[in-house]
Amino acid sequence: MSRPLSGWGRYPKIAPETLARPRSDAAVAEAMAKGPLIARGNGRSYGDSALSEGQVLDMTAFRHILSFDPQTGLVEAEAGVLLGDLIAAFLPLGFFPFVTPGTKLVTLGGAIAADVHGKNHLRDGSFGHHVAWIEIMTAEGEVLRCTRASNSGLFQQTIGGMGLTGVILRAGLTLRPVETGWIAQDMRPARDLAEAMAIFEEAAADADGPTYSVAWFDCLGQGAALGRSLVMLGDHARLEQLTPRRRARPFVTPEKRRLNVPLDAPGFALNRYTLRAFNGLYYRAGARKAGPSLVDWDSYFYPLDAIANWNRIYGRRGFAQFQCVLPLAEARPGLEELLAAISEAGQGSFLAVLKRLGPDTTAHSFPMEGYTLALDFPVTPAALALLDRLDKITLDHGGRFYLAKDSRLTAQTLHAADPRLATLAETRRSEGWDARFASAQSRRLQL
Amino acid sequence: MKDPVLILGGRSDIGLAIAHAFAAEGHPIQLAARNAQGLEVQGKDLSLRHRVEVSLHEFDALAPDSHEAFVTGLEPRPGVVVCAVGLLGDQQEDERDMAAAIRVMRTNFEGPASVLGHLANRFAAEGEGVIVGISSVAGDRGRGSNYIYGSAKAGFTAYLAGLRNRLAGDGVHVLTVKPGFVATAMTEGLDLPAPLTAQPEELGAAVLRAVAKRRNVIYTRPVWRLIMGVIRAIPEPVFKKLSI
Repeated sequence: MSRPLSGWGRYPKIAPETLARPRSDAAVAEAMAKGPLIARGNGRSYGDSALSEGQVLDMTAFRHILSFDPQTGLVEAEAGVLLGDLIAAFLPLGFFPFVTPGTKLVTLGGAIAADVHGKNHLRDGSFGHHVAWIEIMTAEGEVLRCTRASNSGLFQQTIGGMGLTGVILRAGLTLRPVETGWIAQDMRPARDLAEAMAIFEEAAADADGPTYSVAWFDCLGQGAALGRSLVMLGDHARLEQLTPRRRARPFVTPEKRRLNVPLDAPGFALNRYTLRAFNGLYYRAGARKAGPSLVDWDSYFYPLDAIANWNRIYGRRGFAQFQCVLPLAEARPGLEELLAAISEAGQGSFLAVLKRLGPDTTAHSFPMEGYTLALDFPVTPAALALLDRLDKITLDHGGRFYLAKDSRLTAQTLHAADPRLATLAETRRSEGWDARFASAQSRRLQL
Repeated sequence: MKDPVLILGGRSDIGLAIAHAFAAEGHPIQLAARNAQGLEVQGKDLSLRHRVEVSLHEFDALAPDSHEAFVTGLEPRPGVVVCAVGLLGDQQEDERDMAAAIRVMRTNFEGPASVLGHLANRFAAEGEGVIVGISSVAGDRGRGSNYIYGSAKAGFTAYLAGLRNRLAGDGVHVLTVKPGFVATAMTEGLDLPAPLTAQPEELGAAVLRAVAKRRNVIYTRPVWRLIMGVIRAIPEPVFKKLSI
């Protein structure tokens, strides 16, 4: 028995029977022969996607960058390499990931398995769209190279497959050429949901519109303040947008001060009053900075990475993250209903994030054309009851759920929301993958 | 251009972590190990991350006859050499199997001493150079649970101290590194206490700092200096009865 592991939300905590850290393909195959396992990267999924009562495969020893072609932007690397490693290595050469989630501390393998998205899903799709190939340890114990052209079935299923189709060993990822390490940001305060959505839609309708768009949302506002938000539009800054001094070193950005949360916050620290006060302050501070500005890539994409162990602010019990997407036609009424339920329950969070997603072409990834709302709650009975209510509202409006964030959905809710996952579960049974690859989440959700 | 850094034991987690720390500062890296061609992935990773030259060199610590030619053949000349060659062995097995015990002693003492001896002569003749030896806290006092490994490390520690003394007037600096527990392949599967266990990256950063500051002996983590001070202070009549 190993010590308990958890995801980033620190809930639930599950001790695996075996925790192996393979250093070679052979060691992965060896572990597989011992029983079902789930690969784990840097532990940044929130719930139980990379947990198991059985065997967990810590893939962090697969941490080598293998090759880079500056002509095509194609980087080849082992699955445990962090996105932050790729940025550190290749931003100085003028390359940045096409798609990045809100932390750079995710592994390449994890980003593929969860098919993560960023603030630019509408423009650039999800992470998997930029993956050229994946090398997978299959259920048969063979290393198989999968691309869109060869072994394409396994390739498509592995993207967003939550590690349930095989162990991702290595992958090729195309990076985006950029001229600078800066983001030209346009901060737009919105007084309510309608205004925020109008800004998103205006940006979406313009083919030359901003690459990135995201809104921070006050879900504790009452009455007129319900849904007040800061919409942040952004583009990679071009060289001529920098001051001459910065232009000389366009990829050098200021070193950020690193903070840490050394202890678990006590349970009473977060309540509707402290959160409401925080959210009010954040909104006003943001509104003062309205308009265009230049922001370095680290502050723009990864503000929370600067605070090590920020997940501790929710205390020892941990937190549950809720993220759903609602189809475009249902987004407005659905979001209003969700926000009303949250505000009524007084169970807000620091970070409620709203994004506009584009159309989806994947086998079973989370995004669909519409709006996605993400927020977190300390794990309390009241919050868990509210989350059940939010599930129901999402389901009623034809929405679906993000497995990388989930720790508590029921199998029934998930399958009702997303019939594609029944196909994944069916394939897993018929191909015998379910006997090789299983997580606490896959068991709970009958995947 | 900065001086190349030669890593002896270039396959070890500690050696590689130190290589990354120096490469991040712009030093070219020379990785030396047995079957050096098998280090291609690690070498490529170093050069891609830090945009430095990385070369691979065939080196066998257990073949001292080859060491002089190995050292003479190093081009370009390394400014810093890090010896991270080591073999923990299995104490209980090594008590029964003297051939295995000798292998541990040769790997941890004879091999490193031989190759660093040649390097020391080259550095002394050139009037500059830095020698970093990765020894161990296990060498600070012989203990029943690991004295075969520990005695070899004790020999290596004394050898490094002697080199430092001999070369002090020749512009050559010698740094002795005494790691306590480090989370590496060598210690995988052992149940190590987290507060006393360093990550290899921590060690890399500590060695880089210590070389810059011309430190003589460092413990990583520093708390080990205290722990070993206490262990060394226990009188032998008491110590021999401890299970330690």
